[in-house]
Amino acid sequence: MGLLTFKGGIHPPHAKESTEHLPIIDFLGPKVVEIPLRQHIGAPCEPTVKKGDTVKVGQLIGAAGGFVSANVHSSVSGTVLDVRKQNTAYGFDTCVVIENDDLYEVCETVKPKPDYKTLSGKEIVDMIKEAGIVGMGGAGFPTHVKLSPPPEKPIDTIVLNGAECEPYLTCDHRLMLEESEKIIKGLQILMHALNVKNGVIGIENNKPDAIAKMTEAAKGTEIRVVGLKTKYPQGAEKQLIYACTNRSIPSGGLPMDIGVVVNNVATVATIGNLFETGMPLVERVCTVTGKGIKSPKNIRFKVGTPLKALIDFCDGYNGTPGKILLGGPMMGVAQFSDELPAMKNTSGILVFTPEEAKLPDASACIKCGKCVTTCPINLEPLQISAYALMHDYDKAAKFNALDCIECGSCSFICPAKRPLLQTIRVAKREILARRKK
Amino acid sequence: MENRLFVSSSPHIRSSETTQRIMRDVTIALLPAAAYGVYNFGLRALVVLVLSVVSAIAAEAMCQKIRKQALTINDYSAIVTGLLLGMNLPSEVPYWIPVVGSFFAIAIVKQAFGGLGHNFINPALAARAMLVASWPVQMTTWTPVTPDAVSSATALGIIKEGLDVPLPSLFDLFIGKMGGCIGETSALLLLLGAAYLLYRGVISIKIPGIYIGTFTLLTLLITGFDVQLTLVHILSGGLILGAFFMATDYASSPITPKGQIIYAVGMGLLTVVIRFYGGYPEGVSYSILLMNVAAPLIDKYTKPRVFGGAK
Repeated sequence: MGLLTFKGGIHPPHAKESTEHLPIIDFLGPKVVEIPLRQHIGAPCEPTVKKGDTVKVGQLIGAAGGFVSANVHSSVSGTVLDVRKQNTAYGFDTCVVIENDDLYEVCETVKPKPDYKTLSGKEIVDMIKEAGIVGMGGAGFPTHVKLSPPPEKPIDTIVLNGAECEPYLTCDHRLMLEESEKIIKGLQILMHALNVKNGVIGIENNKPDAIAKMTEAAKGTEIRVVGLKTKYPQGAEKQLIYACTNRSIPSGGLPMDIGVVVNNVATVATIGNLFETGMPLVERVCTVTGKGIKSPKNIRFKVGTPLKALIDFCDGYNGTPGKILLGGPMMGVAQFSDELPAMKNTSGILVFTPEEAKLPDASACIKCGKCVTTCPINLEPLQISAYALMHDYDKAAKFNALDCIECGSCSFICPAKRPLLQTIRVAKREILARRKK
Repeated sequence: MENRLFVSSSPHIRSSETTQRIMRDVTIALLPAAAYGVYNFGLRALVVLVLSVVSAIAAEAMCQKIRKQALTINDYSAIVTGLLLGMNLPSEVPYWIPVVGSFFAIAIVKQAFGGLGHNFINPALAARAMLVASWPVQMTTWTPVTPDAVSSATALGIIKEGLDVPLPSLFDLFIGKMGGCIGETSALLLLLGAAYLLYRGVISIKIPGIYIGTFTLLTLLITGFDVQLTLVHILSGGLILGAFFMATDYASSPITPKGQIIYAVGMGLLTVVIRFYGGYPEGVSYSILLMNVAAPLIDKYTKPRVFGGAK
């Protein structure tokens, strides 16, 4: 079948060559893990352990602080050294610091789940909630919230995001190759839970092996695997849904408004694993890569492992690091230090050399309109940016600044190297702040 | 960590495209047609071209010096303006004409309105219009290209005045063996340059394609499907040069996809109206200038529909 896609978008260099053929390897090494109690969008968790306690793998150490929140479990067995506030990728948060005894003793509560076909939707969603599963593509939105749509929004389709459109990252690619059955199992569980007949897995066509593997694994099920055109941001929610189902999320709306739930393949593999082994979300795969890393790898790590330990596992920095990103180069977040714990949503650790890290100087806008043609949401980034720079946020709002999905295509393509998305973000924040007043 | 890390908001990578590269590509694309102009009209044409380019650079530097701004003459944009103006002049103009024209284009049309990206009309065309209005005689004295040429009038002039002289052959028109401005005569070499710009992604076929398409369709209708005459109209005057190199000027054309269609259709319409019903034999420059002025309004009323927005 033809390749599915969306309008607009860009073609950044893939930069996936160094890790796409490397199998996932486990990193069991951290002496100490620092597990943040906020690794998701929503309320932070309340600690359920204290200094001196012994904990086991999969044991609850932080209880969800509300509906939009997600439990946190210990990723190692050992002794709690401290429950303290420290720097994390999300800010300054409470972390449970555990000394790893290297035994990886599994907690008694971790037991394989009963056959999902015997369970009701509510029971399945509760188990997912219990296991602290969040969106592992990067956003970290609690999965059980997505799976609990209000009754007036019936869901008929689940879309899995295997696009992995961010350059450099290959962890989802490897996961699809190595754990295709878990992904299919997880999707079947979700389809059963929401009583949905349509399951679609969208994969960019620069991963033909993953498309073949997943198609093979999906044989005999109702699940469809579709090839998507390799184009950024193919994996953005709105664009992915449009490509896979030809439905458009209304401006300001959510996937559930058009009967769709989207999940990342890594999230669903974790759900598959949860039902197979009972293990909550305590480990994940991330790609540690970039010119600033000596030996790039796809690593399965224990949540809370310090970034530095993962980088050292890749033989350390290649020269002086210039920039450390969590996530990919298009939407990843720059960090000020490597002394932070890797989290549930850490899909990549990308290290740039100082030369790569330098930002070009912006020059005058030449009104080439490339930002307009590439914007996947059909915005006029140059206009929003210009009004934002003049602090005219009402005008910026009229140009639909709030619809921006922050994919960064405009900033990428701009020949004048203008900080388009960066200024649009300022406008969005100001518009929202004023509306709240 | 001892060393300091760069921290900035995403995205963290940029495309390799730069303003300088775009403007340099436009310069490269113009060169074959400009060189042919020199071959066609002689050394005098070269002097006119050099004078307009050098004056454009000087004017840009002067304005930026006076306003204490960073010099941006290495971004090639002044060179493009100077070159375009020179190519839009007859080779017989007095030498002060390109100098005055370039200063007007850069100092008044470009820098006075805020510099690169802020000119609301095409600087080279605006300068040409100013020159034609101020010194019409000097601006319409054409050089005969072939020694046996009976008249130095351009093909469009011959049609307009109904002169009793033969029109140049279509082949001559295509390769550029005819009278006219220095850089506008060779459709072949201009199309070659345009192909390069299309290949490099500097321009899209949309504006020039729709412009020339509209013009062709209307000319066919007006001439009663006289294919020969229509081809003469397409190949002579500044249509090819204007459509590919000046109507596509980023700053003075609309940025919305729908707006660009309206803009291009408008230019086609105006060119036909001026050429067939107006007082001038040639209408490309005024059509482009008029639609340039309309561009902000067009943009305003053709805002693209947001993804998932109300129809």
